[in-house]
Amino acid sequence: MRAVFRYFRRNPSLALGIALLAALALFVVIGGILVDTEDARPLSVPTLRAPSWAYPFGTDRQGRDLLAVMIAGTPLTLRIGFIAGFLGVGLGTVLAFIAAYYRGVLDTVIRGIADIGLTVPGLLVLIIIAVSIKGTLTVNQMAIVVASLAWLYPTRTIRAQVLSLRERGYVEVARLSGMSGPAIIFLELMPNLLPYLAATLVNAVSAAILASIGLEVLGLGPIDAPTLGMTLYWVNFNAAMINGWWWWWTAPTVIILMVFLGLFFLTVGLDEIANPRLRRSA
Amino acid sequence: MSEPVLRVERLRVAFDHPLGKVQAVDDVSFALTPGERLGLAGESGSGKSTLALSIMRMIKPPGRIEAGAVWLNGGRLADLDEEGIRAVRLAGIALVPQGSMNSLNPILRIGQQIADALIDHGLRLGRRAEEWRVAALLTEVGLPANVARMYPHELSGGMKQRACIAIAIALRPKVIIADEPTSALDVVVQRQVMATLARVQQELGAAVILIGHDMGLMAQFVDRLGIMYAGRLVEVAPIADIIAHPRHPYTRALIASLPSLEARGALAGIPGLAPSLRDLPPGCAFHPRCEFATDRCREERPVLRDVAGVDVACHLA
Amino acid sequence: MQAAYIARRFGVFLLIVWLAATLNFFLPRLSGHDPVHSKLLQQAALGGYVQSGIEEMTREYERRFGLDKPLWRQYLTYLNGVARLDFNYSIANYPRKVSELIADALPWTLALLGTTTLLSFAIGSLLGALLAWPEAPRWMLWLMPPLWALHAIPFFLLGLILTYLLAFQIPLLPIFGGYSAGAVPALSWRFGWDVLQHAVLPALSIILVATGGWALGMRGMMVTTMGEDYVTFAEAKGLKAPTVFLRYCVRNAILPQVTALALALGQVLSGAVLVEVIFGYPGIGTLLFQAIRENDHFVIQGVVFTVIVALGFTTFVLDVIYPWLDPRISYRRA
Repeated sequence: MRAVFRYFRRNPSLALGIALLAALALFVVIGGILVDTEDARPLSVPTLRAPSWAYPFGTDRQGRDLLAVMIAGTPLTLRIGFIAGFLGVGLGTVLAFIAAYYRGVLDTVIRGIADIGLTVPGLLVLIIIAVSIKGTLTVNQMAIVVASLAWLYPTRTIRAQVLSLRERGYVEVARLSGMSGPAIIFLELMPNLLPYLAATLVNAVSAAILASIGLEVLGLGPIDAPTLGMTLYWVNFNAAMINGWWWWWTAPTVIILMVFLGLFFLTVGLDEIANPRLRRSA
Repeated sequence: MSEPVLRVERLRVAFDHPLGKVQAVDDVSFALTPGERLGLAGESGSGKSTLALSIMRMIKPPGRIEAGAVWLNGGRLADLDEEGIRAVRLAGIALVPQGSMNSLNPILRIGQQIADALIDHGLRLGRRAEEWRVAALLTEVGLPANVARMYPHELSGGMKQRACIAIAIALRPKVIIADEPTSALDVVVQRQVMATLARVQQELGAAVILIGHDMGLMAQFVDRLGIMYAGRLVEVAPIADIIAHPRHPYTRALIASLPSLEARGALAGIPGLAPSLRDLPPGCAFHPRCEFATDRCREERPVLRDVAGVDVACHLA
Repeated sequence: MQAAYIARRFGVFLLIVWLAATLNFFLPRLSGHDPVHSKLLQQAALGGYVQSGIEEMTREYERRFGLDKPLWRQYLTYLNGVARLDFNYSIANYPRKVSELIADALPWTLALLGTTTLLSFAIGSLLGALLAWPEAPRWMLWLMPPLWALHAIPFFLLGLILTYLLAFQIPLLPIFGGYSAGAVPALSWRFGWDVLQHAVLPALSIILVATGGWALGMRGMMVTTMGEDYVTFAEAKGLKAPTVFLRYCVRNAILPQVTALALALGQVLSGAVLVEVIFGYPGIGTLLFQAIRENDHFVIQGVVFTVIVALGFTTFVLDVIYPWLDPRISYRRA
């Protein structure tokens, strides 16, 4: 335990990132016990109340208790991010390894698709996909939609890493000693890439959350769900800023800030683990 | 005996590392007469390059010059401010690095890299004069004038090295420090480059410090040779003397390890490893690997002293 | 050699354009979604009409829009239209054409995006370079943590916060729109000043966030570059500090940054779209948003296509410029 704290002193980013995300997790869990999440639905409580003891985060125009909305919505938003991020990195890893290890035509095709896909602004393609789907999306459907593009960047970066690792001596030795391709991939290459994969995963989750919030703010998200992005959509729709209902957008903003900053510091912290830097004395 | 053009006295350079202080240069003193060629040989990590950089006051944190002084033409370099020492670099003491590796800016043409040295040292030449000057320098080192318009990646290793020499002699320095100028080149090109270096040095009347670890190269080029071990200077002698009668056990082992064309048999190495500069043994740094080590060697550090015309740092010399 | 490289890059650009157009065409149709039908239903619901005759109206509109022809014919007509930059009529704003709407909105977005991207890249890179330089003024180090923290958040979020602070609490700048409501767009100083005032907050949201990213990246690159042998030799040559900084360090460190810029354009644009929506800035972001709200498929497709093409073109230009910046990359190896 002591060693863990000592490491946190050397790697403050990691500590900060974990702290922020843990705070959010606590908020959701404890909140879920203390607050009735049914109040996150419309017409549950009086409308447009400023924060008070009864409604600590205030209420919105459709009669939702914003505290309940935040408690119910944060895990939904995070869930989309995690599902899409994991799917994206999972698929990306597989494709990256195939491309980097087997080279040849497979590599050219995979890399070509990833390169072209990355030139295109992701949000716009997601918009086209979302608009094409009949009816409105559920939370899980949205995760799949975001995941469809989430594999592009991980494929590219992981491929680059595998390529550089592939040339190392121990891979040659493994190959010469008769190890099969998949065995080399799983037993030799992957363990060395784990820190990097972890950092990529956090990155992908962050990007997925951003994409999902983006879609929701545009009104393409699951319209009934009390997610963070949808709340901001209603804020925009009802011109909450101009009308002076400041509490309506403050809560989601703060929480989104915590999510992104937490994930960012976590990424930096993981990167430090992957490539430790010696401190200079100057 | 003329006034030395360069004098180094008791120079100490250390690096502050979180795991301990590294003594890279430990109490090194020597003098260089005008036009003389001094070699500095030693294993990797013996402090040769650090010594070169410290003479030019280019040591950066976490390294620092702890003690000692450097005199150029009688003037103390430590007395100069930043502008002063900047002016001395290249014009007074010039460095010839391993150009064939990465010492040339990849996105500038060779001519530009020669010219910006001239400009920053105050030479205000018109474009014509500048081009002419650059072409003259390139010719001096045996490169065709059109090299000025080329980029480093378009040149071969030997050509890049000679381009670095051209830069080094641009301001007619009195001291040239060549840090492993031919280590990455094949022997044929090595010879060409060394011949070029010898020629320009003579034309300039400049003194040269040649840093390297190739004893054969040293034998062909230098007048005097200094041997460095673990950041310390252990022997300095005229080249013929040192090859024929090496006095320090380390030098002896070095000379003996050179393969000879006539003799046959197993190659002789030096047992043991060079000490970590962070954790030097007490007394003489070489004693753990020396077959003649005595108790005095283990406790008392030998000082570089004159023994029959030769400087040696050994209790047994 | 040079011509072959440029031609190849242009070919990739055309490929992207074609892919974008094709995806744009097929994806909506895959779901069996009928934009005309649903729009008519929507209008009918709004107007309270009885739902009779909708089927005939739909068929008539479809005939007008060419939606009753076989798929491959529609595709060819579509490609033909796209090549002539004709994206059909806007369903919601009929009889205005999609290309008109885009032409109105695009300059606003280009102005906003162009200036903010260039400014944040330039300021960020310079700042990052200075931060890595040991002789930089100490107060600059204090800029790092806030820039760092800022660059992790989405543009539009900062937009919300800035709006509250600078437009609401302290009514310094306008909250909404591209120009004041009721102002008539004209080529006058007054209008220009109005536009500028309205552009400050959206621009700031983008610049403050993006600069941090560029500064961080540049600082990292500078640290790597400063450790290179050619920088040591540059100092040994007795070059002045500014010369070493600019000619030897910055000019080398900025090359990977330019590549990163080309790759980041898509992301920046996505972020800018949301910023426009939050501020009601009359660019293609807002156009897209309204089109989504009104289920105006043709506008959506037109905007997405235009954006993809614009980005593809910019990437193409950057690809062609890059070998000029870095002489090591020859035009031969594409």
